[in-house]
Amino acid sequence: MVSPSPKSFEEERTAGVPPRAGLLQMDPVTAFAGIALVATSVFVLAQTTQDFVPDNPFHYVIRQSIYGVVGVAAMLALARIDYSRFREIRVGLYAALIATIILVLFVGNEVNGARRWIEFPFFNFQPSELGKLLLIVALAGFVIDRARRQSEVQRTARLLLLGVVPALIVLVQPDLGTALVYGVVTLSVLFVAGISWTHFAALGGLAVGAIAITLVLAPAIGVPVLSGEQQERLTSFLEPSDDPADASYQQNQALIAVGSGGRTGLGDEATQARAGFLPEGETDFIFAVTAERWGFVGGAFLLSLYALLIWRALRITTLSKNLFGSTIAAGIAAMLLFQVFVNVGMNIGVMPVTGMPLPLMTFGGSSVLVTFMAIGLLQSVYIQAQLNSPSRGNPKAL
Amino acid sequence: MFSPDDRPMNSQFAVRVAVLGAGALIAFSIIFFRLWYLEVLSGDDYLVQAQENRTRSITVQAPRGKILDRNEKPLVENRTAPSLQVRPAELPQRTGEANDVLKELAKVSRMKYKRIKREIKEQTAELPASPVTLKRDAPAKLVYHLAERADMFPGVTADEITVRKYPNGNLASHLFGFVSEVNEDQLAQPQYEELNLGDQIGAAGLEAQYDNVLRGRNGAIEVPVDSFGNPRGRSISEIEPERGDDLVLSIDKNIQKVGEQAIAQFGKPAAFVVMNVNDGAVLGMGSFPNFDPSIYTPPVSFDKIEELTEDPAEPLFSNATQSGYPTGSTFKLVTGTASLEEDLTTPTEPIADTGVFDYAGRPWKNAGSQAYGSVNTTRALQVSSDIYFYKMGIRSEEARDGAEADENAFAKWATRLGFGSATGIDLPSENAGLVPTPEWRNELFEEATDPKSCGGTDVVFDFERECFETVDRQWSVGDMMNLSVGQGDLQATPLQLALAYATVANGGRVVRPHVAQKALSPLGRTEQEITPAPQRELNISDSTRSTIMEGIRQAAMEPGGTSAAIFGPGYPIEIAGKTGTAETTGPEGGIVDQSWYAAVAPFDDPQIAVVVTVEGGGFGSEAAAPATEQIIREYATRYLDVPKKAFTEGASDDAEATAAGVAGAGD
Repeated sequence: MVSPSPKSFEEERTAGVPPRAGLLQMDPVTAFAGIALVATSVFVLAQTTQDFVPDNPFHYVIRQSIYGVVGVAAMLALARIDYSRFREIRVGLYAALIATIILVLFVGNEVNGARRWIEFPFFNFQPSELGKLLLIVALAGFVIDRARRQSEVQRTARLLLLGVVPALIVLVQPDLGTALVYGVVTLSVLFVAGISWTHFAALGGLAVGAIAITLVLAPAIGVPVLSGEQQERLTSFLEPSDDPADASYQQNQALIAVGSGGRTGLGDEATQARAGFLPEGETDFIFAVTAERWGFVGGAFLLSLYALLIWRALRITTLSKNLFGSTIAAGIAAMLLFQVFVNVGMNIGVMPVTGMPLPLMTFGGSSVLVTFMAIGLLQSVYIQAQLNSPSRGNPKAL
Repeated sequence: MFSPDDRPMNSQFAVRVAVLGAGALIAFSIIFFRLWYLEVLSGDDYLVQAQENRTRSITVQAPRGKILDRNEKPLVENRTAPSLQVRPAELPQRTGEANDVLKELAKVSRMKYKRIKREIKEQTAELPASPVTLKRDAPAKLVYHLAERADMFPGVTADEITVRKYPNGNLASHLFGFVSEVNEDQLAQPQYEELNLGDQIGAAGLEAQYDNVLRGRNGAIEVPVDSFGNPRGRSISEIEPERGDDLVLSIDKNIQKVGEQAIAQFGKPAAFVVMNVNDGAVLGMGSFPNFDPSIYTPPVSFDKIEELTEDPAEPLFSNATQSGYPTGSTFKLVTGTASLEEDLTTPTEPIADTGVFDYAGRPWKNAGSQAYGSVNTTRALQVSSDIYFYKMGIRSEEARDGAEADENAFAKWATRLGFGSATGIDLPSENAGLVPTPEWRNELFEEATDPKSCGGTDVVFDFERECFETVDRQWSVGDMMNLSVGQGDLQATPLQLALAYATVANGGRVVRPHVAQKALSPLGRTEQEITPAPQRELNISDSTRSTIMEGIRQAAMEPGGTSAAIFGPGYPIEIAGKTGTAETTGPEGGIVDQSWYAAVAPFDDPQIAVVVTVEGGGFGSEAAAPATEQIIREYATRYLDVPKKAFTEGASDDAEATAAGVAGAGD
């Protein structure tokens, strides 16, 4: 870490250069995508949720705006910090992750049979959301940490265990969606950090086996791993139903909403969410609501923002000055991609219904805040790469 | 120089990031093209589904048209009745509380809780936003109970619905049939394709026959709804329900009433028909015992319906159109016409009536073995000489071309005059009856003698074959002789007999009987005239017609006629009428006399044919003839301007005084 250019920069910083100088070096595309998404979310909520809360048409709009502002602030704050410092506190981060998601099991606020939230005066905090980011950073730290000390197999197994433990804990809440995100994040961190292809192939086989066991074999022999609701959500999307309490009903209504949007959307004629046919219009099914009101144009616009964001995350993966940064960026890219794919997928009938937020669009403080923090980390990786690189423009092409 | 994780961008790493990028590309491609498919390619399909989702059509039941008599006096009307309904969306949100409400409702409405749950489930599956009807015509007490405790029964209402009302009680109960909810099988039929489950259709009788006239067009209110089916905002469109057209019958309520009273007085199964001889319009038709048609209007008591269907007296059965009787001597109009038209005799040929004669190994005799001396057709009809017609039967049998030939004078004319086939009246389940023929009888015999068969009429047990052996007989001259006087295997309905009399009276036109006359719009405009064309024209010579008509005129009007005691020379209008006494098996076994009378009035300008029959009523002159007289009296005072007192003065006193004396030898 002794290349002259960054050193001189650090000297400058310590010499009292305003911290803003760092922020100017942020990746503008990433920042734009994040802010555009949360702005779109506020706009969509403003247009579609007036009737959701009696006597308070701005309930969701106001809150989501505040979360957005706080999120952007968090992004800026994180962007300024050199992410490399997190490597040193990786054990602490991991401990915080485990502690909060266990804590929520005891003090959490129960909503619809799940304990996911810790209640604060203005805000219900969801530790498992923050956990996504904590897991990425901690795992990235451990990956590098153990890079040289163990055999390949041991290393893979330990890292895997570190990812599986929190996934199992959130599964108990129960929160299948988050557990899956933890799993995907773990796998992608391992992948980018360079575990051997054979291990990865074995893991893939294991995952397929695990899915088969949880969904088919275990229930068949009378040991249900998933709760009934989860099981139904995962399997029933193939058989539509008229029962509004049913996952497949929701999905069917989502399909009707998306499909009826057509090319340019129904505008004020959109009724699927407003008349209550499509539940969770501000959270799980906000994509369907958007696609109903603004049609293919609206849906494609949203998708392009996500594509932009994920493209930038992958790009930052390659730009990073070190493997730690690359791994973090790749983990974030995988987290975002997985959430977007599963959420939009369940809105358009290619994935089962799982409680999965659409990053920055879904109404919810924890998710918005954590996603912006993730973007802030990406920015930090980007900025550090800039500082580390002699040519600040485009040092390493993908 | 580099810490462990500082590394150059090696190729291994580049490949892995590229794999991630490829994964992202694939994921976005899937989503993008799926979105394209949903919104751009199949958007229209989903748009339709969304529209079906957000509006709900609420059906407004249209009242059925009324059924009126020929003078447009109501026979079947409508009334409104409160119906007990549940709106599932307005029940308490918590399942437990909702169930408590339904349990309490089950208690006060005396319905089974399980049945309520089932109705809600089934009807909601069919029409998600509509209220669930638990009971039509809820008792007033229940309505008040629910109204007083509306807060205890959220989502439970009692709304008005329209049901049938019968202002005249049991009058003409066999004609109307009833209304019921359309079932799923019927919904599949094209005539009901506009209907939904829960809609009312005519299920029997005239209600079914003229359902397309009586059934209105249901209205609809299209309202935007939310996912619970609660209306949001004003209704989008409204279609006013259109009441069905009124059905005007040819039935005259007064004649119907008099006819029903006339046949009811004997307390035995009976029937009457009053039909216009020229166009087949039925002025009155009834069967005894009858029933209260309102038993089928809600609240339907299944116990009461079962009681009706299980009743041994079979009140639901119409003796006027669904029965099958031998008609006794009233059939002599048919065999007389056949004898003259087929040249078995001439109007003037004298036939010796000795009261009794032996033929084919057994004695054949007149009622009371009375001898009438030398009789021709007219005289034979007047006194109802069986001997004369037995001899015509022998001639008919002899005229057959060998044993194989089916064609014979009596069967030919019976069939032409409408026996053995349905008259085609606009009422369901009419009996075709039976005209016995040599072919029919011999086929039965063949079947019965077939060793493989155990069919036939008379059954004995064959111990050797351990089989029921059937004993039957071949056609013989005796069958023809029985048919000549309307006995034996002949089966006919009173309506068929009325049609035969009408045909001879009008000179050969076999009309198609009908009880409905026209459809009247709610505004009173005639929408449809119901004038069925005659079935066929018969060639009956004037000489035959006048000979037969004169014979039955004399039977009713001239001294010595079989019903002269009822009508006779002093009767205010001249009619033609023939008694009949059919030997039938009584309800307790044994032979009983079924009383028949068939009349045409007035004689010189025939307008109506009247047939009355009373099972076990005795001789024709004992029960059926007096009942017919009451009907003709009503007709004459209403349609022929004969003053009522013309009947009460003189003639009828004489008639009643002599009725008993003549009765014994009357047939």
